Amino acid sequence: MTLPVFDPGRDPGPDFSELLRRTGWRPDPGGGSGATPPPPTAHGTTIVALRYAEGVVMAGDRRATEGPAIAHRSIEKVFPADRHSGVAIAGAAGMAVEMVRLFQTNLEHYEKVEGVPLSLEGKANSLGQMVRANLSMAMQGLAVVPLFAGYDLRRRQGRIFKYDLTGGRYEEDDFHATGSGGRDARTTIKLGYRHGLAEEAAIELAIEGLYQAADEDSATGGPDVVRGIYPTVATIGAAGFARVPEASVAERFGALVERMTEEGQPR
Amino acid sequence: MSMPYYVAPEQVMKDRADYAQKGIARGRALVGLVTAEGILLCAENSSRTLRKISEIYDRIAFAGVGKYNEFDQLRTAGVRMADVKGYQYSREDVDARALANAYAQHLGQIFTHEMKPLEVEILVAEVGLEPGGDQLFHLLYDGTVVDEDRYSVLGGDADAVTERLEATYEEGLDRPSALGRAVAALAGPDRTLGPAELEVAVLDRHGDRRAFRRLQGEELAGLLAG
Repeated sequence: MTLPVFDPGRDPGPDFSELLRRTGWRPDPGGGSGATPPPPTAHGTTIVALRYAEGVVMAGDRRATEGPAIAHRSIEKVFPADRHSGVAIAGAAGMAVEMVRLFQTNLEHYEKVEGVPLSLEGKANSLGQMVRANLSMAMQGLAVVPLFAGYDLRRRQGRIFKYDLTGGRYEEDDFHATGSGGRDARTTIKLGYRHGLAEEAAIELAIEGLYQAADEDSATGGPDVVRGIYPTVATIGAAGFARVPEASVAERFGALVERMTEEGQPR
Repeated sequence: MSMPYYVAPEQVMKDRADYAQKGIARGRALVGLVTAEGILLCAENSSRTLRKISEIYDRIAFAGVGKYNEFDQLRTAGVRMADVKGYQYSREDVDARALANAYAQHLGQIFTHEMKPLEVEILVAEVGLEPGGDQLFHLLYDGTVVDEDRYSVLGGDADAVTERLEATYEEGLDRPSALGRAVAALAGPDRTLGPAELEVAVLDRHGDRRAFRRLQGEELAGLLAG
C-alpha cells in the first residue's frame, strides 16, 4: 500500500468515508432494482437505552434470527463507538455490524486527524448520514436501525438518539428501545422509569425490559442458562464506556427470575 | 534558444541534502526511548496546539521535526493509511514497519523527483507486548530508514543530544528516570527545561487498546519533579 497523499483541492479532511471513496477501496453498496426480496438473512432484534443520573445504560439481547429460525445465539449488538459513546443495532445483522465498524473507524479517524474528538451531537449526526446511505437497501428489506447513546462531556449528562430508515435523528429524553421486541421492552421500562435513577436501578430496569421483550417476542433471546449466554449490558458515564461483566448480568437475571417465580406471573 | 547549464547529479543531490539539513537543523530536537513501561517520546516544543508527537494507530505513534506543514501532512497520511488498512483487513494487520516503508518510498520519491526535498525527519514508533518487541523507525528527508532498538534522536543539534543520551541511557529504565534523562539530554548542561517547554507522550505497553497517551499538566510536572 502506498502512502495516501492528496492535493489540497482533493483532500478528504477528517472524513474517513470520503477517504475510502477517494482511494476507491470502498465496495459499492449494491443498490439493486428493488424488485426481488432478499434471501433470508440474519436479523438482530431488541436493544434498549435509558438514562440514569450520571449517564446512560445500553443493553441488547444476543439472538439473531433468519426468518423463523435462530441464526445465532450469541451475537453482540451493543458496541463502544468511542470512549464516551456506544451504538446498539437492530435489523439486518451483516449490514449493521459493518455500519458499526465504519462508524467506529470514522470517529477515531476524525479524532486522530483533527486532534480533538467530535462533539456528541456531531457523532449522532454522522451516524444519521450512514443510516441514510443505506436507504436503498432498507427499501429491499435490509434495514438497519441503530440506537446511539453517549455521555456529553460539555453538558455533563447522558443523551440518547434514535433513528428512522431515512437517517432521521431524534433525541429521546429518558429511554428508548427498538427492534422486534422494542415495544414490549419500552412498555416495561416506561412503567419502572423514574427521573434521576441510580446506575444500579437503571441496569436492573434494562434487564427487566429485555426479559419482558423475550417473554412476548419470539425473535428476542432471553437469558440462556444452559449455555451461559446473557444479554450485553454497558454503562456510559463520565469515565467512559464500560461493559457490565457477564457474571454480574447473570446474577441479576437470577435475582429477577427468583422474584418473578415468588410473585407468580400471569399465564 | 538558451541551453540549460549542465549540473552534475552528485552536485544536485548534495545541494538538495544541504538544503533539507539546514531546514531541519533550525528546529528543536526530539527523542524517543524504549523504557520498561513502553515507549517515551519527548520533544522541546513550547506550543500547546502545534504538536510534534501524535497518535497513528492502536500501538503506533508518530513524531516529526522540521517544517510543521510538511511533517503534519505526513502524519495525516500515516493515520489514513493505518485506518484504511485496519478497516480493510483487521486491526492486528497494521504495523509500523509497513508504514515506515511507505514513508520511505514517499520521502525518497520527493527527494529525487521534486524541486524541493521535504525538510523533515520523522520517527515511527510501535510498542510491543514485550520489552524486546518495541520498534523505532527513524526516517530521514531522503527516505533513508534507520531501525533503532534503544533510542532515537531527531532534529537540530542531534549529535550533541545523542552524545549526552548515550552517556546516561540504560536498558529497562522506568518512566520517571527515562524522562529525566531525556529532558537532560535535550536541555544540555547550560539550560533546564520545564513542563511548559516540553511535549511528552507515551505508548503504554499494557493497558487500553489505544496505547498512546499524552503526559501533560500536573502529571508531567510531577514526573519531572520526581
